[in-house]
Amino acid sequence: MAATEGLWTTLTAPLIRQNPVTLQILGICSALAVTTSLDTALTMSISLTVVVVLAAGIISLIRRHIPASIRLIVQIIIIASMVIVIDQALQAWFFELSQRLSVFVSLIATNCIVLGRTESFARSNPPLPSMVDALGSGLGYSLVLLAIGTCRELFGSGTLFGFQVFALADQGGWFTPLSLMLLAPSAFFLLGGLVWAVRSLWPEQADAAEFPLHDLGEERR
Amino acid sequence: MADLDPLFLWRRFLTLPNESRTKTLAVAFLVSAVCAVMVTAATVMLRPIQAQNRAAEQQARLEALIAAVPGISELVAQSGGDALSTVVIDLDAGTAAKDVTPETLSAALAEPANWTTLPAADDIAGIGSRPDYAQIYLLREGETVSLAILPIVGTGYNGRIQALLAVRGDMRTLAGLAVTEQAETPGLGARITEPLWQQSFAGKSIADDTGAVRFAVARGKAGGEHEVDGITGATRTGNAITRMVQFWAGPKGYGPLMAAIRRGEF
Repeated sequence: MAATEGLWTTLTAPLIRQNPVTLQILGICSALAVTTSLDTALTMSISLTVVVVLAAGIISLIRRHIPASIRLIVQIIIIASMVIVIDQALQAWFFELSQRLSVFVSLIATNCIVLGRTESFARSNPPLPSMVDALGSGLGYSLVLLAIGTCRELFGSGTLFGFQVFALADQGGWFTPLSLMLLAPSAFFLLGGLVWAVRSLWPEQADAAEFPLHDLGEERR
Repeated sequence: MADLDPLFLWRRFLTLPNESRTKTLAVAFLVSAVCAVMVTAATVMLRPIQAQNRAAEQQARLEALIAAVPGISELVAQSGGDALSTVVIDLDAGTAAKDVTPETLSAALAEPANWTTLPAADDIAGIGSRPDYAQIYLLREGETVSLAILPIVGTGYNGRIQALLAVRGDMRTLAGLAVTEQAETPGLGARITEPLWQQSFAGKSIADDTGAVRFAVARGKAGGEHEVDGITGATRTGNAITRMVQFWAGPKGYGPLMAAIRRGEF
Protein backbone atom coordinates (compact mmCIF):
# COMPACT_ATOMS: atom_id res chain seq x y z
CA MET A 1 0.00 0.00 0.00
CA ALA A 2 2.73 2.40 0.97
CA ALA A 3 4.66 1.45 -2.18
CA THR A 4 1.70 2.26 -4.38
CA GLU A 5 1.29 5.60 -2.66
CA GLY A 6 4.99 6.29 -3.20
CA LEU A 7 4.61 5.53 -6.89
CA TRP A 8 1.56 7.76 -7.11
CA THR A 9 3.52 10.65 -5.56
CA THR A 10 6.42 9.97 -7.94
CA LEU A 11 3.99 10.14 -10.84
CA THR A 12 2.05 13.23 -9.82
CA ALA A 13 4.79 15.34 -8.28
CA PRO A 14 6.29 16.45 -11.62
CA LEU A 15 2.89 17.46 -13.01
CA ILE A 16 2.68 20.80 -11.23
CA ARG A 17 4.66 20.97 -8.00
CA GLN A 18 7.91 19.67 -9.53
CA ASN A 19 7.12 20.44 -13.14
CA PRO A 20 10.33 20.11 -15.18
CA VAL A 21 9.46 23.07 -17.40
CA THR A 22 8.00 25.60 -15.01
CA LEU A 23 10.08 24.77 -11.94
CA GLN A 24 13.34 23.60 -13.41
CA ILE A 25 13.01 25.56 -16.70
CA LEU A 26 14.25 22.52 -18.63
CA GLY A 27 13.46 21.65 -22.23
CA ILE A 28 12.00 25.04 -23.12
CA CYS A 29 13.75 25.21 -26.50
CA SER A 30 11.46 22.61 -28.03
CA ALA A 31 8.54 23.86 -25.96
CA LEU A 32 8.82 27.17 -27.79
CA ALA A 33 9.34 25.73 -31.24
CA VAL A 34 6.58 23.17 -31.60
CA THR A 35 3.68 24.89 -29.85
CA THR A 36 2.32 26.93 -32.76
CA SER A 37 -0.36 24.29 -33.17
CA LEU A 38 -1.82 21.67 -30.88
CA ASP A 39 -1.21 18.63 -33.07
CA THR A 40 2.54 19.22 -33.31
CA ALA A 41 2.63 19.93 -29.56
CA LEU A 42 0.78 16.68 -28.88
CA THR A 43 3.04 14.62 -31.17
CA MET A 44 6.11 16.12 -29.57
CA SER A 45 4.72 15.44 -26.07
CA ILE A 46 3.97 11.81 -26.87
CA SER A 47 7.37 11.29 -28.51
CA LEU A 48 9.24 12.80 -25.59
CA THR A 49 7.23 10.84 -23.02
CA VAL A 50 7.83 7.55 -24.86
CA VAL A 51 11.55 8.28 -25.16
CA VAL A 52 12.01 9.30 -21.54
CA VAL A 53 10.05 6.29 -20.19
CA LEU A 54 11.87 3.74 -22.36
CA ALA A 55 15.27 5.27 -21.72
CA ALA A 56 14.66 5.38 -17.97
CA GLY A 57 13.55 1.74 -18.02
CA ILE A 58 16.56 0.51 -19.97
CA ILE A 59 19.09 2.53 -18.01
CA SER A 60 17.56 1.45 -14.73
CA LEU A 61 17.82 -2.20 -15.82
CA ILE A 62 21.54 -1.99 -16.48
CA ARG A 63 22.24 0.61 -13.76
CA ARG A 64 24.46 -1.72 -11.69
CA HIS A 65 26.76 -2.35 -14.63
CA ILE A 66 27.30 1.13 -16.02
CA PRO A 67 30.87 2.18 -15.23
CA ALA A 68 30.78 5.65 -13.67
CA SER A 69 33.47 6.94 -15.99
CA ILE A 70 31.35 6.44 -19.14
CA ARG A 71 27.88 6.71 -17.66
CA LEU A 72 26.85 9.90 -19.47
CA ILE A 73 27.94 8.57 -22.84
CA VAL A 74 26.12 5.30 -22.29
CA GLN A 75 22.95 7.16 -21.36
CA ILE A 76 23.19 9.51 -24.33
CA ILE A 77 23.71 6.61 -26.74
CA ILE A 78 20.64 4.82 -25.45
CA ILE A 79 18.53 7.99 -25.56
CA ALA A 80 19.75 8.94 -29.03
CA SER A 81 18.97 5.48 -30.39
CA MET A 82 15.43 5.62 -29.00
CA VAL A 83 14.99 9.04 -30.58
CA ILE A 84 16.15 7.81 -33.99
CA VAL A 85 13.75 4.88 -33.82
CA ILE A 86 10.85 7.20 -32.90
CA ASP A 87 11.82 9.66 -35.62
CA GLN A 88 11.89 6.89 -38.22
CA ALA A 89 8.51 5.63 -37.06
CA LEU A 90 7.03 9.12 -37.33
CA GLN A 91 8.43 9.50 -40.83
CA ALA A 92 6.84 6.22 -41.79
CA TRP A 93 3.39 6.61 -40.28
CA PHE A 94 2.93 10.33 -39.64
CA PHE A 95 4.84 11.77 -42.56
CA GLU A 96 3.19 15.18 -42.66
CA LEU A 97 3.54 15.74 -38.93
CA SER A 98 7.17 14.70 -39.01
CA GLN A 99 7.79 17.22 -41.79
CA ARG A 100 6.35 19.97 -39.61
CA LEU A 101 8.26 18.88 -36.50
CA SER A 102 11.41 18.82 -38.66
CA VAL A 103 14.51 18.58 -36.49
CA PHE A 104 12.79 18.92 -33.15
CA VAL A 105 12.09 15.22 -32.79
CA SER A 106 15.79 14.46 -33.27
CA LEU A 107 16.57 17.17 -30.77
CA ILE A 108 14.73 15.21 -28.05
CA ALA A 109 18.12 13.52 -27.64
CA THR A 110 19.48 16.78 -26.27
CA ASN A 111 16.42 17.59 -24.17
CA CYS A 112 17.62 18.15 -20.64
CA ILE A 113 14.54 16.50 -19.15
CA VAL A 114 15.49 13.11 -20.57
CA LEU A 115 19.09 13.08 -19.48
CA GLY A 116 18.09 14.78 -16.21
CA ARG A 117 15.69 11.98 -15.29
CA THR A 118 17.98 9.12 -16.29
CA GLU A 119 21.00 10.64 -14.57
CA SER A 120 19.32 11.73 -11.36
CA PHE A 121 16.68 9.06 -10.86
CA ALA A 122 16.87 6.01 -13.13
CA ARG A 123 20.56 5.44 -12.41
CA SER A 124 19.88 4.75 -8.76
CA ASN A 125 16.36 3.28 -8.69
CA PRO A 126 14.74 0.03 -9.84
CA PRO A 127 12.99 -0.03 -13.24
CA LEU A 128 9.37 0.41 -12.12
CA PRO A 129 9.81 3.57 -10.01
CA SER A 130 12.20 4.94 -12.66
CA MET A 131 9.67 4.49 -15.42
CA VAL A 132 6.87 5.97 -13.30
CA ASP A 133 9.09 8.95 -12.48
CA ALA A 134 9.95 9.37 -16.16
CA LEU A 135 6.29 9.11 -17.11
CA GLY A 136 5.47 11.83 -14.59
CA SER A 137 8.14 14.13 -16.00
CA GLY A 138 7.00 13.40 -19.55
CA LEU A 139 3.43 14.21 -18.61
CA GLY A 140 4.52 17.39 -16.83
CA TYR A 141 6.31 18.51 -19.99
CA SER A 142 3.28 17.52 -22.07
CA LEU A 143 0.96 19.51 -19.82
CA VAL A 144 2.95 22.71 -20.34
CA LEU A 145 3.31 22.10 -24.07
CA LEU A 146 -0.39 21.49 -24.50
CA ALA A 147 -1.35 24.53 -22.41
CA ILE A 148 0.91 26.82 -24.45
CA GLY A 149 -0.09 25.11 -27.69
CA THR A 150 -3.77 25.63 -26.93
CA CYS A 151 -3.25 29.34 -26.25
CA ARG A 152 -1.13 29.87 -29.34
CA GLU A 153 -3.32 27.98 -31.77
CA LEU A 154 -6.58 29.36 -30.37
CA PHE A 155 -5.52 33.01 -30.36
CA GLY A 156 -3.06 32.80 -33.26
CA SER A 157 -5.32 31.18 -35.81
CA GLY A 158 -8.67 30.71 -34.08
CA THR A 159 -8.51 26.92 -34.36
CA LEU A 160 -7.93 23.91 -32.12
CA PHE A 161 -6.43 20.76 -33.69
CA GLY A 162 -7.15 22.49 -37.00
CA PHE A 163 -10.89 22.86 -36.37
CA GLN A 164 -12.25 26.39 -36.54
CA VAL A 165 -13.32 27.50 -33.06
CA PHE A 166 -13.51 31.27 -33.50
CA ALA A 167 -15.12 32.72 -36.63
CA LEU A 168 -12.36 34.69 -38.37
CA ALA A 169 -12.89 38.33 -39.27
CA ASP A 170 -11.80 37.87 -42.88
CA GLN A 171 -14.45 35.19 -43.28
CA GLY A 172 -17.20 37.37 -41.83
CA GLY A 173 -16.71 36.44 -38.17
CA TRP A 174 -15.59 38.56 -35.25
CA PHE A 175 -12.12 37.23 -34.41
CA THR A 176 -8.96 38.84 -35.76
CA PRO A 177 -6.06 36.37 -35.29
CA LEU A 178 -3.14 37.67 -33.26
CA SER A 179 -0.24 36.86 -35.55
CA LEU A 180 2.17 37.50 -32.67
CA MET A 181 0.91 34.23 -31.17
CA LEU A 182 2.40 32.33 -34.10
CA LEU A 183 5.83 33.87 -33.62
CA ALA A 184 8.43 32.51 -31.19
CA PRO A 185 8.39 35.49 -28.76
CA SER A 186 4.78 34.81 -27.79
CA ALA A 187 5.82 31.41 -26.45
CA PHE A 188 8.32 33.17 -24.18
CA PHE A 189 5.61 35.54 -22.93
CA LEU A 190 3.16 32.71 -22.33
CA LEU A 191 5.74 30.52 -20.63
CA GLY A 192 6.86 33.45 -18.49
CA GLY A 193 3.27 34.16 -17.51
CA LEU A 194 2.72 30.49 -16.71
CA VAL A 195 5.82 30.30 -14.50
CA TRP A 196 4.72 33.47 -12.72
CA ALA A 197 1.22 32.10 -12.17
CA VAL A 198 2.50 28.75 -10.88
CA ARG A 199 4.99 30.39 -8.53
CA SER A 200 2.37 32.80 -7.19
CA LEU A 201 0.09 29.87 -6.38
CA TRP A 202 2.89 27.76 -4.89
CA PRO A 203 5.26 30.38 -3.40
CA GLU A 204 7.70 27.71 -2.20
CA GLN A 205 8.72 27.20 -5.84
CA ALA A 206 10.14 30.71 -6.16
CA ASP A 207 13.94 30.82 -6.22
CA ALA A 208 15.67 32.76 -3.48
CA ALA A 209 17.01 35.99 -4.94
CA GLU A 210 20.67 35.50 -5.77
CA PHE A 211 21.50 39.20 -5.63
CA PRO A 212 19.18 40.80 -3.10
CA LEU A 213 18.55 44.50 -3.67
CA HIS A 214 19.98 46.64 -0.90
CA ASP A 215 17.90 49.29 0.64
CA LEU A 216 19.38 52.33 -1.07
CA GLY A 217 18.44 54.73 1.74
CA GLU A 218 20.36 52.66 4.22
CA GLU A 219 23.49 52.56 2.07
CA ARG A 220 23.71 56.30 1.81
CA ARG A 221 23.87 56.75 5.51
CA MET B 1 35.83 -26.79 -19.28
CA ALA B 2 33.93 -24.61 -16.85
CA ASP B 3 35.86 -21.51 -17.97
CA LEU B 4 34.42 -21.76 -21.48
CA ASP B 5 30.79 -22.12 -20.48
CA PRO B 6 29.26 -18.91 -21.88
CA LEU B 7 26.89 -18.51 -18.96
CA PHE B 8 29.78 -18.76 -16.54
CA LEU B 9 31.81 -16.22 -18.53
CA TRP B 10 28.85 -13.86 -18.59
CA ARG B 11 28.41 -14.14 -14.81
CA ARG B 12 32.07 -13.53 -14.25
CA PHE B 13 31.88 -10.51 -16.54
CA LEU B 14 28.94 -9.12 -14.57
CA THR B 15 30.76 -9.55 -11.27
CA LEU B 16 33.78 -7.61 -12.48
CA PRO B 17 34.12 -4.31 -10.67
CA ASN B 18 32.43 -1.58 -12.71
CA GLU B 19 35.56 0.50 -12.80
CA SER B 20 37.78 -2.19 -14.31
CA ARG B 21 39.04 -1.41 -17.78
CA THR B 22 37.72 -4.65 -19.27
CA LYS B 23 34.22 -4.01 -18.04
CA THR B 24 34.22 -0.36 -19.14
CA LEU B 25 35.27 -1.33 -22.65
CA ALA B 26 32.90 -4.28 -22.79
CA VAL B 27 29.89 -2.26 -21.60
CA ALA B 28 30.67 0.51 -24.07
CA PHE B 29 30.94 -2.04 -26.87
CA LEU B 30 27.79 -3.95 -25.94
CA VAL B 31 25.65 -0.82 -25.57
CA SER B 32 26.85 0.54 -28.92
CA ALA B 33 26.27 -2.78 -30.65
CA VAL B 34 22.74 -3.19 -29.31
CA CYS B 35 21.86 0.41 -30.17
CA ALA B 36 23.34 0.06 -33.66
CA VAL B 37 21.24 -3.04 -34.32
CA MET B 38 18.11 -1.28 -33.07
CA VAL B 39 18.64 1.83 -35.21
CA THR B 40 19.56 -0.20 -38.28
CA ALA B 41 16.53 -2.43 -37.91
CA ALA B 42 14.19 0.56 -37.60
CA THR B 43 15.70 2.31 -40.61
CA VAL B 44 15.74 -0.73 -42.86
CA MET B 45 12.27 -1.97 -41.95
CA LEU B 46 10.58 1.40 -42.28
CA ARG B 47 12.37 2.53 -45.44
CA PRO B 48 9.78 1.22 -47.94
CA ILE B 49 6.95 3.06 -46.17
CA GLN B 50 9.00 6.24 -46.04
CA ALA B 51 9.87 5.98 -49.73
CA GLN B 52 6.16 5.63 -50.49
CA ASN B 53 5.42 8.76 -48.47
CA ARG B 54 8.07 10.72 -50.34
CA ALA B 55 6.74 9.57 -53.70
CA ALA B 56 3.24 10.64 -52.69
CA GLU B 57 4.54 14.05 -51.72
CA GLN B 58 6.31 14.43 -55.07
CA GLN B 59 3.10 13.49 -56.84
CA ALA B 60 1.23 16.15 -54.88
CA ARG B 61 3.82 18.74 -55.92
CA LEU B 62 3.51 17.76 -59.56
CA GLU B 63 -0.25 18.00 -59.35
CA ALA B 64 0.07 21.48 -57.89
CA LEU B 65 2.33 22.31 -60.83
CA ILE B 66 -0.17 20.90 -63.30
CA ALA B 67 -2.98 22.82 -61.64
CA ALA B 68 -1.01 25.97 -62.49
CA VAL B 69 -1.53 25.39 -66.22
CA PRO B 70 -4.07 28.07 -67.18
CA GLY B 71 -7.60 26.73 -67.40
CA ILE B 72 -6.71 23.18 -66.50
CA SER B 73 -8.83 22.96 -63.37
CA GLU B 74 -11.88 23.81 -65.48
CA LEU B 75 -10.85 21.10 -67.94
CA VAL B 76 -10.55 18.54 -65.16
CA ALA B 77 -13.94 19.60 -63.80
CA GLN B 78 -15.53 19.40 -67.25
CA SER B 79 -14.21 15.95 -67.92
CA GLY B 80 -16.22 14.63 -65.00
CA GLY B 81 -13.49 14.58 -62.40
CA ASP B 82 -11.42 11.77 -63.89
CA ALA B 83 -8.09 12.29 -62.21
CA LEU B 84 -4.92 12.72 -64.22
CA SER B 85 -3.05 9.50 -64.74
CA THR B 86 0.70 9.42 -64.81
CA VAL B 87 2.28 7.39 -67.59
CA VAL B 88 5.90 6.79 -68.46
CA ILE B 89 6.27 6.55 -72.21
CA ASP B 90 8.95 5.28 -74.53
CA LEU B 91 9.55 8.28 -76.77
CA ASP B 92 10.83 6.38 -79.83
CA ALA B 93 8.05 3.82 -79.82
CA GLY B 94 5.33 6.26 -78.81
CA THR B 95 3.89 3.69 -76.39
CA ALA B 96 3.77 3.27 -72.67
CA ALA B 97 7.16 2.07 -71.43
CA LYS B 98 7.15 -1.63 -70.63
CA ASP B 99 9.56 -1.86 -67.74
CA VAL B 100 9.86 1.68 -66.46
CA THR B 101 7.33 3.01 -63.97
CA PRO B 102 7.12 6.49 -62.46
CA GLU B 103 8.87 5.05 -59.39
CA THR B 104 11.81 3.64 -61.34
CA LEU B 105 12.03 6.49 -63.86
CA SER B 106 14.70 8.47 -62.07
CA ALA B 107 16.82 5.33 -61.71
CA ALA B 108 16.37 4.56 -65.41
CA LEU B 109 17.35 8.09 -66.39
CA ALA B 110 20.53 7.82 -64.34
CA GLU B 111 21.70 5.22 -66.90
CA PRO B 112 23.50 6.87 -69.83
CA ALA B 113 22.22 4.00 -72.01
CA ASN B 114 18.71 5.39 -71.69
CA TRP B 115 19.65 8.68 -73.35
CA THR B 116 19.87 9.37 -77.07
CA THR B 117 22.48 11.79 -78.34
CA LEU B 118 20.92 14.06 -80.92
CA PRO B 119 22.76 14.90 -84.14
CA ALA B 120 23.20 18.66 -84.56
CA ALA B 121 20.69 18.80 -87.40
CA ASP B 122 17.93 17.30 -85.28
CA ASP B 123 18.82 19.13 -82.10
CA ILE B 124 16.81 22.27 -82.76
CA ALA B 125 15.96 22.77 -79.09
CA GLY B 126 19.65 22.77 -78.19
CA ILE B 127 19.53 20.06 -75.54
CA GLY B 128 22.35 17.80 -76.79
CA SER B 129 20.80 14.53 -75.72
CA ARG B 130 17.30 13.41 -74.97
CA PRO B 131 16.03 10.79 -72.51
CA ASP B 132 14.35 7.75 -74.02
CA TYR B 133 11.61 7.82 -71.40
CA ALA B 134 9.39 10.64 -70.26
CA GLN B 135 6.72 10.92 -67.63
CA ILE B 136 3.54 12.43 -69.01
CA TYR B 137 0.06 13.03 -67.61
CA LEU B 138 -3.12 12.04 -69.36
CA LEU B 139 -6.67 13.14 -68.72
CA ARG B 140 -9.26 10.73 -70.08
CA GLU B 141 -12.85 11.20 -71.02
CA GLY B 142 -14.24 7.70 -71.03
CA GLU B 143 -11.75 5.74 -73.13
CA THR B 144 -10.28 8.54 -75.18
CA VAL B 145 -7.55 10.92 -74.11
CA SER B 146 -8.95 14.43 -73.77
CA LEU B 147 -5.79 16.15 -72.61
CA ALA B 148 -2.11 15.31 -72.46
CA ILE B 149 0.40 17.20 -70.38
CA LEU B 150 3.88 16.86 -71.80
CA PRO B 151 7.02 18.11 -70.08
CA ILE B 152 9.30 19.87 -72.54
CA VAL B 153 12.80 21.27 -72.20
CA GLY B 154 15.05 23.47 -74.30
CA THR B 155 17.84 25.99 -74.17
CA GLY B 156 16.78 29.61 -73.94
CA TYR B 157 18.80 32.80 -74.12
CA ASN B 158 20.34 32.42 -70.66
CA GLY B 159 19.94 28.73 -69.91
CA ARG B 160 17.57 25.85 -69.69
CA ILE B 161 13.85 26.38 -70.00
CA GLN B 162 11.52 23.71 -68.68
CA ALA B 163 7.82 23.80 -69.29
CA LEU B 164 4.68 21.71 -69.34
CA LEU B 165 2.73 21.77 -72.58
CA ALA B 166 -0.95 20.88 -72.41
CA VAL B 167 -2.36 19.47 -75.66
CA ARG B 168 -5.99 18.59 -76.30
CA GLY B 169 -7.14 15.14 -77.34
CA ASP B 170 -6.82 15.86 -81.06
CA MET B 171 -3.07 16.27 -80.42
CA ARG B 172 -3.14 19.41 -82.52
CA THR B 173 -4.79 22.09 -80.39
CA LEU B 174 -2.81 23.55 -77.53
CA ALA B 175 -4.57 23.96 -74.20
CA GLY B 176 -1.88 25.85 -72.37
CA LEU B 177 1.72 26.17 -71.35
CA ALA B 178 3.32 26.48 -67.94
CA VAL B 179 6.96 27.43 -67.63
CA THR B 180 8.35 25.59 -64.63
CA GLU B 181 12.00 26.59 -64.79
CA GLN B 182 13.79 29.35 -66.66
CA ALA B 183 16.67 31.79 -66.28
CA GLU B 184 15.77 34.39 -68.91
CA THR B 185 16.38 38.11 -68.55
CA PRO B 186 14.03 39.57 -65.92
CA GLY B 187 11.55 41.96 -67.47
CA LEU B 188 12.20 40.71 -71.00
CA GLY B 189 12.61 37.01 -71.63
CA ALA B 190 11.43 36.14 -68.15
CA ARG B 191 8.02 37.47 -69.16
CA ILE B 192 7.36 33.98 -70.54
CA THR B 193 6.28 33.17 -66.97
CA GLU B 194 3.47 35.73 -67.11
CA PRO B 195 0.06 34.03 -66.98
CA LEU B 196 -1.34 36.35 -69.64
CA TRP B 197 1.24 35.26 -72.20
CA GLN B 198 0.94 31.60 -71.25
CA GLN B 199 -2.83 31.81 -71.67
CA SER B 200 -2.37 32.96 -75.27
CA PHE B 201 -1.28 29.40 -76.11
CA ALA B 202 -4.77 28.07 -75.49
CA GLY B 203 -6.60 27.26 -78.72
CA LYS B 204 -3.54 27.60 -80.96
CA SER B 205 -2.78 24.80 -83.33
CA ILE B 206 0.61 23.07 -83.34
CA ALA B 207 0.49 21.45 -86.73
CA ASP B 208 -1.31 22.04 -90.01
CA ASP B 209 -3.56 19.52 -91.77
CA THR B 210 -0.64 17.73 -93.38
CA GLY B 211 0.78 17.08 -89.89
CA ALA B 212 3.81 19.33 -90.32
CA VAL B 213 4.65 21.21 -87.11
CA ARG B 214 3.94 24.88 -87.74
CA PHE B 215 3.74 26.42 -84.27
CA ALA B 216 5.78 29.56 -83.71
CA VAL B 217 6.14 32.49 -81.38
CA ALA B 218 5.66 35.45 -83.72
CA ARG B 219 7.83 38.54 -83.94
CA GLY B 220 5.32 41.06 -82.74
CA LYS B 221 1.65 40.33 -83.27
CA ALA B 222 0.53 36.80 -83.93
CA GLY B 223 -0.71 36.06 -87.43
CA GLY B 224 -2.85 32.98 -87.85
CA GLU B 225 -3.81 29.95 -85.81
CA HIS B 226 -0.27 28.62 -85.46
CA GLU B 227 1.27 31.66 -83.80
CA VAL B 228 1.26 33.36 -80.43
CA ASP B 229 2.28 36.96 -79.82
CA GLY B 230 5.96 37.60 -79.40
CA ILE B 231 7.35 39.40 -76.38
CA THR B 232 8.97 42.74 -77.15
CA GLY B 233 12.71 42.66 -76.60
CA ALA B 234 12.76 38.90 -76.15
CA THR B 235 13.12 37.62 -79.69
CA ARG B 236 15.73 35.04 -78.76
CA THR B 237 13.66 33.68 -75.90
CA GLY B 238 10.67 33.56 -78.23
CA ASN B 239 12.69 31.68 -80.82
CA ALA B 240 13.84 29.26 -78.13
CA ILE B 241 10.23 28.53 -77.20
CA THR B 242 9.34 28.07 -80.86
CA ARG B 243 12.14 25.57 -81.38
CA MET B 244 11.37 23.82 -78.12
CA VAL B 245 7.74 23.24 -79.06
CA GLN B 246 8.70 22.28 -82.63
CA PHE B 247 11.28 19.78 -81.40
CA TRP B 248 9.07 18.12 -78.83
CA ALA B 249 6.05 18.00 -81.14
CA GLY B 250 8.27 16.57 -83.89
CA PRO B 251 9.43 13.03 -84.72
CA LYS B 252 12.29 13.05 -82.19
CA GLY B 253 10.04 14.30 -79.41
CA TYR B 254 6.45 13.30 -78.71
CA GLY B 255 5.60 12.87 -82.43
CA PRO B 256 5.23 9.05 -82.23
CA LEU B 257 3.17 9.36 -79.07
CA MET B 258 0.87 11.96 -80.57
CA ALA B 259 0.35 9.79 -83.62
CA ALA B 260 -0.52 6.86 -81.37
CA ILE B 261 -3.02 8.92 -79.39
CA ARG B 262 -4.59 10.20 -82.62
CA ARG B 263 -5.00 6.61 -83.75
CA GLY B 264 -6.74 5.96 -80.43
CA GLU B 265 -4.10 3.56 -79.16
CA PHE B 266 -3.93 5.09 -75.69
